[in-house]
Amino acid sequence: MNTTAVDIASNQPREYFCRTEPQAHNGSLLGFWFYLMNDCFIFSALFACVAVFGTSFAGGPTAAEVLDLNGLAVNTALLLVSSVTFGFAMLAMARQDKRGTLTWLAVSGVLAAVFVGLEIHEFVGMIAEGAGPERSAFLSTFFTLVGTHGLHVTLGVLWLIVLFTQVVRFGFTEANVRRLRCLSMFWHFLDLVWVGVFSYVYLIGVLR
Amino acid sequence: MLPETMPHRSAILNDIFGRLQASSFPLGSDGEDRIVQITFLVVALIGLAILGWVTKKKKWGYLWNEWFTSVDHKKIGIMYMILATVMLLRGFSDAIMMRSQQAIAFGSNMGYLPPHHYDQIFTAHGTIMIFFVAMSYIVGLMNYAMPLQIGSRDVAFPFLNNMSFWFTFGGMVLIMLSLFVGTFSTAGWMGYPPVSEIQQSPGTGIDYWIWGVQIAGIGTILTAINFLVTIIKMRAPGMTFMKMPMFTWTTFCTAGLMLAAFPFLTASLLLLTLDRYLGTHFFTTGMGGNLMMYINLFWVWGHPEVYILVIPLYGVYSEIVATFSKKPLFGYASMVYATVAIMILSYLVWLHHFFTMGSGPSVNSFFSMTTMLISIPTGVKIFNWLFTMYRGRVQMTVPMLWTLGFIFTFSIGGLTGVMLSVAPADMLLHNSLFLVAHFHNVIIGGVVFGIFAAINYWYPKAFGYRLNEFWGKLCFWCWQIGFWVAFGPLYVLGLMGVTRRLSHFDDPSLQIWFVIAAIGAFIIFIGILAFIVQLVVSYMHREELACGNDPYDGRTLEWATSSPPPAYNFAFVPKVHDRDAWTDMKEHGYERPLDGFNPIHMPKNTASGLVIGVLTCVCGFALIWYIWWLAALTFLGVIVTAIYHSFNYEREGHVSVDEVRQFEQKTGNWKSDVQGAAA
Amino acid sequence: MSQSSSSHNAAAGHGDGMQAHQGSLRSYLTGFVLAAILTIIPFWLVMGHAFSSTKVATFVILALAVVQIFVHVIYFLHLDFRSEGGWNLMAFVFTAVMLVVVLGASVWVMFTENALMMPAQMNSTMSVPISR
Repeated sequence: MNTTAVDIASNQPREYFCRTEPQAHNGSLLGFWFYLMNDCFIFSALFACVAVFGTSFAGGPTAAEVLDLNGLAVNTALLLVSSVTFGFAMLAMARQDKRGTLTWLAVSGVLAAVFVGLEIHEFVGMIAEGAGPERSAFLSTFFTLVGTHGLHVTLGVLWLIVLFTQVVRFGFTEANVRRLRCLSMFWHFLDLVWVGVFSYVYLIGVLR
Repeated sequence: MLPETMPHRSAILNDIFGRLQASSFPLGSDGEDRIVQITFLVVALIGLAILGWVTKKKKWGYLWNEWFTSVDHKKIGIMYMILATVMLLRGFSDAIMMRSQQAIAFGSNMGYLPPHHYDQIFTAHGTIMIFFVAMSYIVGLMNYAMPLQIGSRDVAFPFLNNMSFWFTFGGMVLIMLSLFVGTFSTAGWMGYPPVSEIQQSPGTGIDYWIWGVQIAGIGTILTAINFLVTIIKMRAPGMTFMKMPMFTWTTFCTAGLMLAAFPFLTASLLLLTLDRYLGTHFFTTGMGGNLMMYINLFWVWGHPEVYILVIPLYGVYSEIVATFSKKPLFGYASMVYATVAIMILSYLVWLHHFFTMGSGPSVNSFFSMTTMLISIPTGVKIFNWLFTMYRGRVQMTVPMLWTLGFIFTFSIGGLTGVMLSVAPADMLLHNSLFLVAHFHNVIIGGVVFGIFAAINYWYPKAFGYRLNEFWGKLCFWCWQIGFWVAFGPLYVLGLMGVTRRLSHFDDPSLQIWFVIAAIGAFIIFIGILAFIVQLVVSYMHREELACGNDPYDGRTLEWATSSPPPAYNFAFVPKVHDRDAWTDMKEHGYERPLDGFNPIHMPKNTASGLVIGVLTCVCGFALIWYIWWLAALTFLGVIVTAIYHSFNYEREGHVSVDEVRQFEQKTGNWKSDVQGAAA
Repeated sequence: MSQSSSSHNAAAGHGDGMQAHQGSLRSYLTGFVLAAILTIIPFWLVMGHAFSSTKVATFVILALAVVQIFVHVIYFLHLDFRSEGGWNLMAFVFTAVMLVVVLGASVWVMFTENALMMPAQMNSTMSVPISR
């Protein structure tokens, strides 16, 4: 059965099929990274709106009037710390330290949840004083960009809770490790977007 | 949304049914309602007949297990193709209606379509043809053929693949529903504000359009990620990037474009949605809004989109020209670079869709130049195809006919595009019938011709029998001739300054052109009928038309497995040494092994994708009709289903050695000789 | 290949040839300190009214933000030339380039269009941007 041929140049036998199944390379991490790039583009469209509508106050409240920088400082600190604590969770996972992983995951989740809570509080306050998303293009942009980011963080916390229970029940299976890595990327990515938000929307916004 | 859009009735009815009410259904007796009623009757009869036949043959279990819950890229690809074909019939009937209206509506004759109805028809026509016909066809083709070409067993994320299909299906359902429940959008397939804002269009139309497109768009983004990772991670050993088939290259570039472009559509639609639902001011006139921001963001997506549509077909043409010239593709490397160049340049031209909107000479000149630039790599590709045919032994098969038709038709369309790229000329030609003729020229000449070419080319692989040649050639000639008869007059009219999207004209001297165009549409209609007949006749004669694994003496790996392939694609993963891997294998006397098989791990079926797709569709419906409780419930349902699915860790089954041996030995000890080239 | 039997290897991260680069305690802490510094500086600049010129302040804040984004990408996301065979980096660079192009051109287009509108309408939509 001539299932191998001869390579003319080197006179070595050529195999045209793999006798054993080649090892599959899992593409979840790469695929998730691509998803994050897609998310980058969505956020960039919203940042473009900040560039265009950043001073469109329509005679209403300006950025300097409604944006609270003290609250911003607290929120930024919360998110940055939660990013680092998530990193600690990943290090614990690499050490196979289940308890350590779960503890740091919980800390990150709580910090992010507080972040979302404070943001909702900020939004409610602004709406109550007449600075809601329907007041002007600037406020529409603010609520949409910050709100979309906050929604991502909320979904991240939900995902964290689900993964937390899955690690408790099933331990560090290959699937769970992959998922934790994806969530880790998600978590850091959201902190990265927040850098853009607090710099461009809040700090520079207040200056305009 | 405006309070006035809610019906005047008790609050509890409004809470339960949103703004859905009796008048949302076409129960009246005016002309528009009558047309819809007749359509509904026809659709209902056909639908009931199909459902009844499936029930009688007790095929629901088969459909559920073998198709709807399948994560096999081949099955999913075929489902996309079927969806696209159904939508082609819907989109084309819109075209016939428009052509007939424009052929008769002159002077005192108002035609049979009042403007309000006509507007919905051209909006539906564009939306359906782009999002549900063209996109579905190309995703179906790439889904089917690419994994086979790279020698893999499936795509990287089979479950996501299944879910992506059901998202597309969900979007389709919403668009089809808009025909019977409520009205559709009248703002054109692009949905420009201020017409698409809540003030000007408080009804359900724009919302149907937004949610139908948005939901289908999610499916597309997931598909893009899937294809990119598949090509990066799952190529057969030895297949480097520069040894991939051209169709795989174009799939890769298309997926990259989808990933980078669709977020901008998502964002544009999201902001429009917020304007309509929450009263924000992104695109409103006043309160700081700027409608040009929508147009700008939309076309950042819109231009790459047209390249997304055509680039896969460039790959199809490359495969067909090489196979039926019996030569390797000329200038492979330059083809790759040209495709990548097109991919990148397509991001630098979007403003040419709105030269007339006041960007001034500097901006217009910049985009004018980039638009002219992008025709160059396309020209390179066309020369490469011609040089491939030169000195080859060209076989005039049906796919080759379509390819030749493409080269002729698309080139002319491209030239008219370069005419439009001259910004001063575009001041007259923008939104005229010249523009309409141009984009139909390139989409039909490029995309539609390519789809028919690909269907005729890969059908034997997918179903194990060739398609009838006579009806295939008839279909081609009807499309080729019909296209020019239908759109040639539009070029003339456009140059005279006639505007697009008009349902009535006062100048009787224009009528002859519209009558000719209507005849052309009718010729195309014959072509579509010929296509349906081709499918039916071929099915009936499938024994005679049966073919083996390699009916054309093909060059790429999909011909190295049986027709149709088994679920696992290849009994042994191929090892690649050269470009045109299958030709290489044949030249070195490769014989298919009939023993020594291994068990093969394949992913199991799942219903989660279907459930999520259906729930998302219902959520979209609820959001359109302001049925908030249903929207919240279905949204939660999606999240719960996703979480539930994530708790299913046992997703792999396996095909046993016995099953593999049985299949491989049953399909015959085919050697690598030619199984009768189609001629 | 069942899921549970490979748990020993999975968390240690050696099951796959093209692994994402693993972090270390040092990299996370370094990243944290750098990010914190890069955050405190712009806050201080704005809240302490350090610059009289808005233009300069804007430029400095944006520059610091870009640097901090790189800190996040390198120290938290562990992006380097090797992760996923270089594809992560390629995707990131492609995204970044496209972003700059699309954002830059969009801003150019929108501001030019606005500038070309009748003077009376200019005030109600956007003010003239960066150069003030």
